[in-house]
Amino acid sequence: MVVADKNCSKIHYISSNIYCCGAGTAADTEMTTQLIASNLELHALSTGRLPRVVTANRMLKQMLFRYQGYIGAALVLGGVDVTGPHLYSIYPHGSTDKLPYVTMGSGSLAAMAVFEDKYKPDMEEEEAKQLVRDAIAAGIYNDLGSGSNIDICVISKNKLDFIRPYDVANRKGERYGRYKCERGTTAVLTENVAHLEIEVVDETVQTMDTS
Amino acid sequence: MVTGTSVLGVKFEGGVVIAADMMGSYGSLARFRSISRLLRVNDSTVLGASGDYADFQYLTQVINQMVIDEELLGDGHSYSPKAIHSWLTRVMYNRRSKINPLWNTVVIGGFYNGESFLGYVDMLGVAYEAPTLATGYGAFLAQPLMRETLEKKPSLTKEEARDLIERCMKILYYRDARSFNRYEVAIVTEKGVEVEGPLTLEANWDIAHLVSGFE
Repeated sequence: MVVADKNCSKIHYISSNIYCCGAGTAADTEMTTQLIASNLELHALSTGRLPRVVTANRMLKQMLFRYQGYIGAALVLGGVDVTGPHLYSIYPHGSTDKLPYVTMGSGSLAAMAVFEDKYKPDMEEEEAKQLVRDAIAAGIYNDLGSGSNIDICVISKNKLDFIRPYDVANRKGERYGRYKCERGTTAVLTENVAHLEIEVVDETVQTMDTS
Repeated sequence: MVTGTSVLGVKFEGGVVIAADMMGSYGSLARFRSISRLLRVNDSTVLGASGDYADFQYLTQVINQMVIDEELLGDGHSYSPKAIHSWLTRVMYNRRSKINPLWNTVVIGGFYNGESFLGYVDMLGVAYEAPTLATGYGAFLAQPLMRETLEKKPSLTKEEARDLIERCMKILYYRDARSFNRYEVAIVTEKGVEVEGPLTLEANWDIAHLVSGFE
């Protein structure tokens, strides 16, 4: 398994008050969240209201169910609307759960262990940010499918904080010196240039039809 | 076949502690809820097994006979935890090589010559030692918590190790669908082996008030 992107952004925009984290097939999470974000914007213009999290949830699950699990998007959807703050987990086959804390992906057990250990209802913002950071860190250090840094998105009634990165958990090492060998380090004893004879057999000009 | 779920192990200053719940599952049926998955080998070694309970019972028979035979020899020596671990590794690997494995994952804990020992052997013969160990779902749910605790404090006291184990057993009860809230703990120090149990986990279901429906 190779790391394709050491700093990819997994927190997707759905609307100004709703964001969605995506685990599973990266292309599916990206395109699915973009599609629903687009449709939700049109819907918001039609209703004249700020979009609701339950609406995004309904749109996402109806699409994922229609594709019977073939779209491998495992999502954590969160946001604040007129009815308050809401958190959902959405599975590739289209089921959803509405819970105080959720985790998805290969590192979900490591992260959930941290939540089950330290979650309390009605935490302060800083406490909650630290808890989420710790949960992701558990995945980074104990799950081979997770790594690199931690991004956080805090959504409140009047404020949005998209903190990227919140914690640089894996800093790349500083190189201490120059390691390039100067020309002349290896002595050149002989040099032999062989000219490659290429015979031109045929030459044709074909014009493109630019009419 | 009857199976047991996770076994946990943690080293501390002056000994080791291992734990396993008391459940024997029959697929999704909670068939036996009061069976012991921990074995006291001798005054310096304990063994915890997950996987096939029948194979664990066979292993218990073999090990107990070995301990008796050693006693009869009367040469003043007793099996060290490292020796048991080494022997078991060979047994498990040779069984797998004959395509007839003992379907278990075993944690061996002990204290011998002033040193703590914590080892893992599985049905493939994969064996290693570490400051914290967990089999089955414990590797996914408990190991991250155990490692985090040891990172902050590399040397734990007996009480801290016990508390860590209890916290981890609780989370396994929350999240492992084949776990149970009754468990045993075995603590090995220079004083010998102490098997505590059956202990019961207190689960906190307060968040239930926050859960309603799926949308």
